[in-house]
Amino acid sequence: MLHAIGWVPLFPLLGFLVLVFVRMPARLAAWVGCGSVGISALVVFASALMYLQAPPEDGYQAITYGIWMSIGNFQPAFSVYVDTLTLIMLSIITGVGFLIHVYSAGYMVDDDGYARYFAYLNLFIAAMSVLVLADNLLLLFLGWEGVGLCSYLLIGFWYRDPENGAAARKAFVVTRIGDTAMTIGFLLLFAHFSTVNIPAILAAVVNADTTDTDVYVLIGLLLLGGAVGKSAQLPLQTWLPDAMAGPTPVSALIHAATMVTAGVYLIARLHPIFVQAPLAMHAVAWVGLLTLLLAGCSALVQVDIKRILAYSTISQIGYMFLGLGVGAWSASIFHLMTHAFFKALLFLSAGTVIFCLHHKQNIFDMGGLRTRMPLTFISFVIGCGSLASLPYITSGFYSKDEILLGAYNSGEALVFWGGVAGALITAVYSFRLLFIVFFGDPHTTPDKSPSLNMQVPLVLLGILSVLGGAIHLPLQNVLPLGTHEDSAHDHTPISVLLAVIPLLGVALAWFLFKRGRLGSAAWGQAQGAPSLVSFWRKGWAFDQLYDGLLVRPFVALANFNKKDVVDALYHGITQLAQWLHFQVSHTQTGNVRWYAGAMVFGVTLLTSAVVFL
Amino acid sequence: MEMFTFYLTSGITLWAVIMVVTRANAVHSLLYLILSSLSMAVIFFQMGAPFAAALEVIVYAGAIMVLFVFVVMMLNLGQAAVEQERLLMTPHIWRGPAILASLLLVELVIILYRQPSVSVPAAVDAKEVGVTLFGPYLLAVELASVLLMAGLIGAYHLGRPLMKKRL
Amino acid sequence: MNAANIPLDHLMLLACLIFVIGLVGIMTRRNVLYILMSLEIVLNAVCLAFVAAGAHWGEADGQIMFLLILTLAASEVSVGLGLILQIHRKHDTLDMDRLKELKG
Repeated sequence: MLHAIGWVPLFPLLGFLVLVFVRMPARLAAWVGCGSVGISALVVFASALMYLQAPPEDGYQAITYGIWMSIGNFQPAFSVYVDTLTLIMLSIITGVGFLIHVYSAGYMVDDDGYARYFAYLNLFIAAMSVLVLADNLLLLFLGWEGVGLCSYLLIGFWYRDPENGAAARKAFVVTRIGDTAMTIGFLLLFAHFSTVNIPAILAAVVNADTTDTDVYVLIGLLLLGGAVGKSAQLPLQTWLPDAMAGPTPVSALIHAATMVTAGVYLIARLHPIFVQAPLAMHAVAWVGLLTLLLAGCSALVQVDIKRILAYSTISQIGYMFLGLGVGAWSASIFHLMTHAFFKALLFLSAGTVIFCLHHKQNIFDMGGLRTRMPLTFISFVIGCGSLASLPYITSGFYSKDEILLGAYNSGEALVFWGGVAGALITAVYSFRLLFIVFFGDPHTTPDKSPSLNMQVPLVLLGILSVLGGAIHLPLQNVLPLGTHEDSAHDHTPISVLLAVIPLLGVALAWFLFKRGRLGSAAWGQAQGAPSLVSFWRKGWAFDQLYDGLLVRPFVALANFNKKDVVDALYHGITQLAQWLHFQVSHTQTGNVRWYAGAMVFGVTLLTSAVVFL
Repeated sequence: MEMFTFYLTSGITLWAVIMVVTRANAVHSLLYLILSSLSMAVIFFQMGAPFAAALEVIVYAGAIMVLFVFVVMMLNLGQAAVEQERLLMTPHIWRGPAILASLLLVELVIILYRQPSVSVPAAVDAKEVGVTLFGPYLLAVELASVLLMAGLIGAYHLGRPLMKKRL
Repeated sequence: MNAANIPLDHLMLLACLIFVIGLVGIMTRRNVLYILMSLEIVLNAVCLAFVAAGAHWGEADGQIMFLLILTLAASEVSVGLGLILQIHRKHDTLDMDRLKELKG
């Protein structure tokens, strides 16, 4: 009966096709869009229950639905690979996806492109399911590029504004850089193992000779390149803050909860390669660490509510990478799940604020919303608490705790203390957001109230964000036992430290932004801000760096070569031929006597050949 | 005696041909052209080709030249045309073609006199021509008839709008 | 009927002379009517050469060639004269130096 899981991508795909090709009223479009994902979610939950009741002996089950293409021995199939990791990812995608679909039905109610919006979202769910279900690299790549396409379409959803189109293009092109690296990695895997089947590759990697790890390091780094592009990690993180140009539920679904975690999934799925390549593991950990610190600092100073959340997403995914890099595999997936809950919650709450405040996004235009929007306020408190990982009562605490414990146990002191510093920064910026938006003097009064189908997902996600920490993920058959699960050591001092740090951060935020002058509107303006602040606000000026380093030289080169140097040769040949042509055409005088004379001349020449030769 | 008549007719032909290309009056040229055709016919006769001689007189001097005469009549070229034609014949116009043509002539003569000089021995009568024509050359006859057909249609087509105008 | 004992080279020389004179006419005369007449002269010269060669070998082929050239000349003249009439009607001139619309 696990075969039914093949329907998971098909329902949203069907929904996409119906929404694209059938003209329908907005209400019906919402029903189709939400319904298809809802059915998929039910299928996933049913499959998960069945799987847990009777787990297969191998730890996974592969189901083949048909051959995709057949080229000699190369026969990639439409086949899925079901294990607990897949099921967890699918649950997040369809579950959170369904809630966000329902929320969108309320949020997008005034929009002209209602059906188009749900078509894109459905296509995204379909592609993302294919990505996590795929049991071969080719199918995985199909899903990978499919979600990239949907991301592009949805960032540029309001395409009439050229800035949105530019943001969409940026996201597409930047992720394409990572995808290129990943494709090379896939091709290397194929060249090395002569198969694209993931279980076969992983089995071969596990059984392989461990002395020659160079190829694994190379493949690992290339795969990391792909993951870094999709998950907006250093150095390809620049696209994600701009991706906030899309509708807010899209930011919640694609650019916080699901798609950006695809890189984490990729590394977790192919973890044996990284286990064989310690250097690649280190690279993953350090990419995560640097990203989380950089993005955390940027999040501290942003003034746009969505950009704060975007930088915090980058930062939290940095934690996941850090966890992967130190071998705390299941902790990373755990954090992926809790992050999906609380970040979706935060984005949807922010969306509600934006919705009710006439699409204002500057946090200094808000303030004092605590009493006016109580439900949103509570959701936001839960989300921020989870993000800041307030001890014992939030899900974020348990997952981040596991990652940092893993880092501590791995013996990488620098990574661990960097992660702890990141936790402090996280707590500060998340409560800065909360204090500025919901406390203090009101600057704008909300004139709309969120509809019921916007409130219900908030409540459900709030519950998940609180209780998600209690879920014990059955990942022991899929991922190796992490260093954090090593119970031989006594962790009490570290645990206490990790519980105190967020509280310290909250207190710091209170003094800085609630009591101190840093929370005032004047400080939030771009002008007059200290240079470090504006530097952070621009995301460590990575955009300017890339612009100067890559974009401008390339544009200059393209401009220089507008007339194509290579083509000059061919143009020269045509021009020469044309010139010769004109010279010859001068003999075309149109004069009959001239032609006759030429003929006689020719005859004379031929005759002289007869005479003299 | 026979040789004398040959050289006399040759001289007349050459003279007539030169006159054709130099006259300013189209009618004069035409008359000289007829003369050249007739003298050519005499030469054919002397060579022992009486059938060719007869055809030369009938088709060339008869049919083709009559066509020319009709056209000249239709064009209705008056004295003005003659004067204009005379103006066009300036000496420098003749220079280039004359040089080119004499070069060609010299070459032809060189080729001609590489062979030993022989005389024409045999006469070929009409019967022999007819037998060969409708024997091995049957296909050529058919092609010639197609050509004549094409000429007929072409001439008809070119002449038609003219006739309409007349009506 | 016996043929006169005419030397072949004299006949050929005569043909060459007529041919060259015709060529000069084609190249010098500007009136298309004269060009056509000069063409007739050239064709006649070729006919003479063919008939002379045929007589030399005692074969009928020379005269058959003459016949074919005659056919060609007839159709050429009929079409050519039709064209001359059209040219005269359209352009009111027969001067080929003034009809240069095909100049490249």
